[in-house]
Amino acid sequence: MTMRIPVVENILSANDRIADRNREMLDELGVYAINIMASPGAGKTSFILKMLEALNGRLKFGVIEGDLATSIDAEKAMAAGLPAVQINTGGECHLDAVMLADALPALPLQDLNLVVVENVGNLVCPANFQIGTHLNVLIASIPEGDDKPYKYPSMYRGMQVLIINKIDLLPYVPFDMDYFKKGVEALNPGVAVFPISCKTGENMDAWVDWLVKKVNPRT
Amino acid sequence: MINMHELSVTQSILDIALKNAGTRKIKQINLVIGQFSSIVDDSVQFYWEIISKDTSAEGSLLHFERIPGEMTCQNCGHIFHPTDETFDCPSCSSPFVKISKGEEFQVDSIDVE
Repeated sequence: MTMRIPVVENILSANDRIADRNREMLDELGVYAINIMASPGAGKTSFILKMLEALNGRLKFGVIEGDLATSIDAEKAMAAGLPAVQINTGGECHLDAVMLADALPALPLQDLNLVVVENVGNLVCPANFQIGTHLNVLIASIPEGDDKPYKYPSMYRGMQVLIINKIDLLPYVPFDMDYFKKGVEALNPGVAVFPISCKTGENMDAWVDWLVKKVNPRT
Repeated sequence: MINMHELSVTQSILDIALKNAGTRKIKQINLVIGQFSSIVDDSVQFYWEIISKDTSAEGSLLHFERIPGEMTCQNCGHIFHPTDETFDCPSCSSPFVKISKGEEFQVDSIDVE
């Protein structure tokens, strides 16, 4: 005889519990962490390197790079003088909380006040996997087109900060900013938005000033 | 090519099902998946067969209840299903809308014997 057992459990609840543990561990050490997500080529690595420049020593941060197979991004970060750890996901299209738990101890956390995690370039999967950071940052970029909030709603729903990169290309690429922002606002009302250019450095100051306040609320 | 994402989601579903079934044989897993979290498509049945082999869920079925995305207009109260081109209210054209359904992503129940 068949019997129905009610469960009502989020499919990724086990991952979420580990993510909570990661966040508690970071909280105890007084380290803030951000999770940077974007499609491939939106400028995640350039953005992190530009952050280093714009922060100008105001925060001590380390980087965790998530990639399918290579360590190019971690090498770039280390060449810039940042403590960096590479996670190779071995084909997995996103980072999960276990991967972050394994990678965090490889950073000198006691010397840091910020950990920047670069997630795998992908606009679908990372949205569903909490990893245990304090802030989800999505980088959109102008050449991707203005329809992305409509096509990838869960990604735009799950972030707390939106960076719009490559605004130096606005004169050359058809991109309806009002249409784009309308989609963003419907999915994520009141989200903080920073239009920037990693190439020219435009508006990076506004973003890092905002971040410094987030990391050190009392300064 | 094996989609790793489907694989890790499928593994999580299996863990939850086995934990709740105890020693009983699992016949069906009932999932509720909203359109806005629709990273799980019917192809996971394929992964399911691989991953559930030699467990008490071997031979069981995944049953999907799909919840369409639903938005509620904050201006006129109209409830509608958005398209992938616009979220504007089809009744009053207001852009001030809120997701009211479609973010479900859970194991609702399991059928055992």
